[in-house]
Amino acid sequence: MSVKNNRLSPSEYAQNFADIHPPFENAEAAAIEANRCLYCYDAPCMKSCPTSIDVPKFIRQIASENLKGSAHTILSANIMGAGCSKVCPVEKLCEGACVYNLMHEEPINIAKLQRYSTGKAMEHNWQLFERKPSIGKRVAIVGAGPAGLSCAHVLSREGIDVTIFEKESKGGGLMTYGIAAYKVTPEFCESEVNYITSIGGIDIRYNQELGKNFSLQTLQSEYDAVYLGFGVGLARKLDIPGEDLDGVVDAISFIYDLRSNDFSAIRVGDRVAVIGMGMTAIDAATQAKRLGAKEVTLIYRRTQDEMPCTEHELNIAKLDGCKIIWLASPIEVLGLEGMVSHLVCDIMQLGAPDASGRRSPVSSGQTFTLEVDMVIKAAGQMPYEHLVDSYQLYNHKGKVEVNDHSSTNLKGVFAGGDCVNGGKEVVDAVQAGKDGAAAILAYL
Amino acid sequence: MADISSNFLGIKSPNPFWLASAPPTDKKINVIRAYEAGWGGVVWKTLGSQIKNVSSRYSSVNYGGKRMMGFNNIELISDRPLEINLREIYEVVSMYPDRAMIVSLMADNDRNSWHELIQKCEDAGAMGFELNFGCPHGMTERGMGAAVGQDPEIAKMVVEWVMEKANIPVITKLTPNVHSVVPTARASVEGGTNALSLINTIQSVTGVNLDTLVPNPFVAGKSVFGGYCGPAVKPIALKMLTTIAQDPLTSRVPISGIGGVSTWKDAVEFMLLGSTTVQVCTAAMAHGFRIIEDMCEGLNNWMDEKGYKTTNDFIGKSVEKITHWEDLDINYHHIAHINQDKCIHCGLCFITCEDTSHQSIHIERGHPYNTYTVKDEECVGCNLCQLVCPVEDCITMEVHRVAPEYINWKEWQQRGLPLNDH
Repeated sequence: MSVKNNRLSPSEYAQNFADIHPPFENAEAAAIEANRCLYCYDAPCMKSCPTSIDVPKFIRQIASENLKGSAHTILSANIMGAGCSKVCPVEKLCEGACVYNLMHEEPINIAKLQRYSTGKAMEHNWQLFERKPSIGKRVAIVGAGPAGLSCAHVLSREGIDVTIFEKESKGGGLMTYGIAAYKVTPEFCESEVNYITSIGGIDIRYNQELGKNFSLQTLQSEYDAVYLGFGVGLARKLDIPGEDLDGVVDAISFIYDLRSNDFSAIRVGDRVAVIGMGMTAIDAATQAKRLGAKEVTLIYRRTQDEMPCTEHELNIAKLDGCKIIWLASPIEVLGLEGMVSHLVCDIMQLGAPDASGRRSPVSSGQTFTLEVDMVIKAAGQMPYEHLVDSYQLYNHKGKVEVNDHSSTNLKGVFAGGDCVNGGKEVVDAVQAGKDGAAAILAYL
Repeated sequence: MADISSNFLGIKSPNPFWLASAPPTDKKINVIRAYEAGWGGVVWKTLGSQIKNVSSRYSSVNYGGKRMMGFNNIELISDRPLEINLREIYEVVSMYPDRAMIVSLMADNDRNSWHELIQKCEDAGAMGFELNFGCPHGMTERGMGAAVGQDPEIAKMVVEWVMEKANIPVITKLTPNVHSVVPTARASVEGGTNALSLINTIQSVTGVNLDTLVPNPFVAGKSVFGGYCGPAVKPIALKMLTTIAQDPLTSRVPISGIGGVSTWKDAVEFMLLGSTTVQVCTAAMAHGFRIIEDMCEGLNNWMDEKGYKTTNDFIGKSVEKITHWEDLDINYHHIAHINQDKCIHCGLCFITCEDTSHQSIHIERGHPYNTYTVKDEECVGCNLCQLVCPVEDCITMEVHRVAPEYINWKEWQQRGLPLNDH
């Protein structure tokens, strides 16, 4: 057993990390699916989209060969509509609400249609939005993730000059650094950021980290308003013995490395345990498998009924050959010469409902031990509690508190996205960015 | 098993489905393929003085992702030498004596030309003639086709020439490019025609190319009105057919129905409204001759299910069911009912009623699904909601008569009964 890189041939890497969402072959194929749409009134799909994309309208526009109009309909509601069409858990959002489900028919392939329109828009660099002349107001945004970019785009359209401070060397946030590579490629993320900023009036300054390269006070003094969209970052610790052994990694850095380096450079174990059952856990597990791990086991302390990922995601992991152990909670990582060798887990039972409304797992007192050489922790991410405390931002366990108008307790400082909600979907962050922009426009 | 064979003025065919006079019937190879596939008969593509065709010849209307909902052509009558056509007709009749062989004719506009053509075709073994008084393009400019069918006097004169000579049944084919098909139909019956067929194609422009700005079909940067057919024209054909089937004079002769017949169901509708046989073209051009299999099987199954032994048992049965508006029963009232167990909450009934009808559907907003119910007192029973509903039998129209007795508009007025006050 060993943790090593370069397990596969270049062609195997290419195959394993090819886009999981093939596009429509041609316009006719898209039109056939578009014509299947019933064009519902007050459509459940639209109501189930956090950004309220007018789904029936954009699909009808594909059918009528008004592709530009279709892309405009999508992007005016969700400027990251292209990326969201690749990463959204549509089975629990728009497609999950499609009325065809009630007829026990396949729902409309909304995401695929959305990829079709937005893909054409990006491919041809259609400029669908016009920036109003500069009104001489300046807004600083911290974080070039979905919330920050969405906020920036709305502000720029209104003639605001926007500067985004981004701690990484690329924009896109978790879209670029935190999502499985077969869902969105790094190249796609980069072109999406470029497409969004092509409206003009948005200056992104990379490798600029809040609290390190600049302070919030500087932004407050130099800009008319500040929007915080710096997300969450720190992986939640398991707080169990052996967590510091070589071979224990957190899912976010695992995926980050994979998104920033050549696949062949990424080390992965023979037998990998992934702790957690959220989207990130699935991403980490499937990627580990696709990097060449012989055996990947997802370990979750509750049951399938309580899992945070969708069934669709779970099926991707199953189809990749990942094993799943329900009702198991890690209590110790054992090591041999400083390297991970085993993972000891408690066997759990479901008890009374907890604060989330889900039945909470309680230890049965029995344990089992897995032979593993790598443990990937995907038990959630922690907000930047220390950072927000240092700026006297009101917060709840590190999650920035905002009022109904996206405003923090500091005058002229607004916030949204994962740094406020603790970590939701990309599409939620995009909506938060829109709300923030609306609040900033009202404030200015 | 029902008997689906047909006897049209003594011309027998194993089923009532003939291929209409058109490209599929303009040469032996096609007709043999059609007979092998099972078609009951053909109307051979129109013979007359040899002409020259252009390229392109067809264009179509797609709708909702479905191709060829409507189809048009600017082809003329047969462009092959008459002798070849006649020889091939002779050969096909010899090979398939059990199938109907009708020959469509459009001679030059003089008695002798018609007489000569009739003689030659009878010699070739034709079992009947169909007079092409309907071709809407190309031939009309030469005083033929629709130019004949649009003028009852001329039509009657030509029919009389034909009847002087013909020894086999004569069907006169009517053009729909008139305000009513009845005058020409009557004139043709008065002239002695043995039967009628309708409709020929409807003059049309199927669309304009938004890049070249040239309408379809494209011929060297220009276009021309073409003859429209296919599923889109069926309702118009059925209406015109009904006027012929209801007219006291024209209803005396058998009718061969044409216009957008694609399935056995379409065919049965034509027959219920008075057609003894039906003719098909566009559906075959869209899918090939193999569609005949389902047409025969579907007709057979339907007849068995309804207990009809022969096609004569149901031909014309629906003719009397189309009446005058002023004879409709005003006390009949039905209102929509939405089955909540079947409703998928698409909201189409609501938005169409709210925007374009009588605001008769109540909406209760929900997340993500709204609930829709009918306001019984507002519903006028127009059927719109039922028509747009994508779920079979989700919306049903339930009868709530205003009063038990029949009363029509004339009587309503005579009695001075109230009109709507809103």
